[in-house]
Amino acid sequence: MKFGIGQPVTRKEDPKFLTGRGRYVDDIELPNMTHGYVLRSIHANAIINSIDVNSAKNSPGVISVLTGEDYAADEIGSITCDSINPMLSKGEPQLRPHPALIKDAVKCVGAPVAFVVAETLVQAKDAAELIQIDYEILPSVTSVLSVREKDTPIVWEGTENNISFTFGIGNEGDVAEAMKNARHITKATIVNNRITTNSMEPRSSIGAYNKGEDKLTLYSSNQSPNRVRSELAHTILHIPENKLQVISPDVGGGFGMKGGFYGEDVLVLWASRKLGRPVKWTSERLESFVTDSHARDVVADCEMVFDADGKVTGLRVSADYSVGAYVAPSGGISPMFFTLLLSGVYAIPAISVVTRCQFTNTISTAPYRGAGRPEAAFVLERLMDMAAQELGTDPVELRRKNMIKSDQMPYQTALMHAYDSGEFEQIMDEAVEKSEWHSFQSRREKSKIGGKIRGIGLASYLEGAAPFNERMEIRFDPGGDVTIVAGTHSHGQGHETVYSQMVSEFLGVPFESIRLIQGDTDKVAMGRGTVGSRSMTVGGSALHLAAEEIIEKGKKIAGHLLEAGETDIEFDSGVFSVAGTDKQINIVEVAKSSYTLVMWPPHLGMGLEGIGTFNPGMGNFPNGCQIAEVEIDPETGKVELVNLVIVGDVGTVINPLLLEGQIHGGITQGVGQATLENIVYEGKSGQLLSASFQDYTMPRADDLPLYDVSSHPVPTTTNPLGVKGAGETGTVGAPAAVLNAIVNALSSVGVKDIEMPATSEKVWQALQNAA
Amino acid sequence: MDVKLTINGEEKSASVPPETTLLRLLREEFNLTGAKIGCDVGDCGACTVIVDGIATNSCLMLAGQVQGRSIETIEGLANMDDYHPLQKNFEDLGSLQCGFCGPGIILSAKQLLDDNPDPNKEEIQDALAGNLCRCTGYTKIVEAVADAAREMRGNREAA
Ligand code: FES
Ligand code: FES
Repeated sequence: MKFGIGQPVTRKEDPKFLTGRGRYVDDIELPNMTHGYVLRSIHANAIINSIDVNSAKNSPGVISVLTGEDYAADEIGSITCDSINPMLSKGEPQLRPHPALIKDAVKCVGAPVAFVVAETLVQAKDAAELIQIDYEILPSVTSVLSVREKDTPIVWEGTENNISFTFGIGNEGDVAEAMKNARHITKATIVNNRITTNSMEPRSSIGAYNKGEDKLTLYSSNQSPNRVRSELAHTILHIPENKLQVISPDVGGGFGMKGGFYGEDVLVLWASRKLGRPVKWTSERLESFVTDSHARDVVADCEMVFDADGKVTGLRVSADYSVGAYVAPSGGISPMFFTLLLSGVYAIPAISVVTRCQFTNTISTAPYRGAGRPEAAFVLERLMDMAAQELGTDPVELRRKNMIKSDQMPYQTALMHAYDSGEFEQIMDEAVEKSEWHSFQSRREKSKIGGKIRGIGLASYLEGAAPFNERMEIRFDPGGDVTIVAGTHSHGQGHETVYSQMVSEFLGVPFESIRLIQGDTDKVAMGRGTVGSRSMTVGGSALHLAAEEIIEKGKKIAGHLLEAGETDIEFDSGVFSVAGTDKQINIVEVAKSSYTLVMWPPHLGMGLEGIGTFNPGMGNFPNGCQIAEVEIDPETGKVELVNLVIVGDVGTVINPLLLEGQIHGGITQGVGQATLENIVYEGKSGQLLSASFQDYTMPRADDLPLYDVSSHPVPTTTNPLGVKGAGETGTVGAPAAVLNAIVNALSSVGVKDIEMPATSEKVWQALQNAA
Repeated sequence: MDVKLTINGEEKSASVPPETTLLRLLREEFNLTGAKIGCDVGDCGACTVIVDGIATNSCLMLAGQVQGRSIETIEGLANMDDYHPLQKNFEDLGSLQCGFCGPGIILSAKQLLDDNPDPNKEEIQDALAGNLCRCTGYTKIVEAVADAAREMRGNREAA
């Protein structure tokens, strides 16, 4: 089947994007629209003594200047974290709900203090400059490393420490026992640096109030419109959910960062309702750096325990994870995955993890592609390499010795998860083979002759994907064409293409006749959006169930049309037929007939449609092995990634063309963290130093090799399609593989370790220090 | 300030405040929203258009500087039915994902191929180094540009 499951079908969404007709929020212009600008705190920790907005209000073109006082007076609700997993949480979480405009005390640079609405953006910005704020500056702490020190400033005065919430799991007694009998313990403090998403489309929101209908509409660049609608309606605006429509049109990259709503969504809705005109706010790039949720930023003290055979008998991880000053709605997700996934691909009988989530005077952290899983994989894969070095064994063999074998599946880890499937060892062997691991030495020699230092590193990793249940609809219209109404949200993944492949295979209808509706809460009854690599798994499985429902209904209708009993009807490749006869009818004709105007039997209802809901349970466990090879120029410290091999298991592959794209993009973000990207706040003032593409560098077209990508599918047993999540796996393994390669190169000249990102400057400095 | 210029072959004019950039002029006055605001300071290439044959960050150019000049935007490159070879090869390889960087990248690539019909991989990577893409890792973009170049050379030889 040309357009069926498994085919490299090109994208239905491409024509509009390739011709510049994509429509993102900032491209939308509503009649009579006004423009909003957010004035933000310039201090990391300060008390607001007073705000004077009088001259701003009188500035040309200004329609309104709103502050935290107005916000409180209008009883708009506070934003709070709703993602603390109670099964992991120890003690009472301190979540510090916060309004979208802060009134009394700001806790990070960029905290919103006033919202200026004017006829033009320039007028709004000019007016914002006239606002006078009297701040009383307090000491601040921005780095999670400093939080660990004694006498660190306290983010929220009146509390004893900076802990917001703590996750813990595992059996400390068993780990202590393993330690007693240990032959070797690898100890390390492993730092996973703070980074930011930087979707190319900055966040953008338009609020539009329709007074006649008393209805609000939000256009917002986000990944989960139905979730955003629920939260905004209930906890923030206190209005019935059906009085709020959330539209998330084309979205220029999300990666988790746009997973929920932000304060600015609240501001444009609230202001629009107050002013009776649409209000648009679009983030400037500087503002994106300052206010988009950041990610990673965890430091972990680790002890990996080995017996005399080189088997890991225990693992203890005690970590501090920065959650920023205000815990984001999704702020509990990344620390949760980090905590839960520390068994990785390894059979470790005893594990104990404590993750303290710490306030810092920084913007919130929240999921960014991988969300806790890259951090967990990084810990395990750095430890494996360090241990191999210390024990004098081969890193591939040390991993092999400890890997969960495919005949051990299903495998219950010492943490919460039970894995259903996986061939970790075979995958590693394939990657080793493809990377020509065993002839590396000769390449190293060659590099040496050219004055370069070469290194190779691998990471075997696993992640947990596909959370929450999902709902999908398939319906035929009276003309016989098909519409999919999706609870998921595509923002680059190409769902219209892959869902059309699936439905065309399930129902035997033409690929071209299928259209996707998504991203509009007035059209999509319910859905949880696209996060956590869930759409192919959960959306696809729900779609499968919706198709089954259509086939069942179709059998009744076909029975009527073919004058046969329903139980005698069979369905195959789009055709209903009466068993044992040549009587048959195409599903499209059945669908058209289902709308017959008169003389239609009442028990057949009207129309042909199906709704599927699917619950993935604990989800599935995509995994893989990545091997990176780097060459370092000791003169400049520049790291060149010369090869990157990935062999991945994402279960059944729906569309290899689009899968490759997901993997490429994911790897590149991981390579970015390992070699270039770093969010830096100035220690004393708490100012964000890395706030432009000049200071926060990301991979560009000339930085990367062409990756060697291949699939080793082991279909999961946890859903009917056998699909595992694919969106994040590239990012989960890349930082560890690349950093291991860099450390491998550097250790050949006496440098023991280096932290991410291994920038030219840092590498050069390390080489100087070792010389 | 009054500006007169040619956009995609058509004469246009507008009256805008002097601080208006070419990017805002295109987006706000002429509703040509293919060029995107990715940074507004010249770092990302999302706003790339072709000004008198040169791929340019339109966020860095003022409306006043394009007086009388000729601008090509993504909307002018082809219509939905009739692709430029770059667009066709981008589609064949699934080179784009969210699409936000696409118009800028395609126009940067077009200028490369206009100047150098037979670029090697490094030259393509070089020509695209000013255009950030966060989704794709560039691999399929670089490959599609190489394929388009090959196709265009073939077309020229056949002609
Ligand atoms: S918007 Fe012009 S270079 Fe980024
Ligand atoms: S495709 Fe999303 S930024 Fe390039």
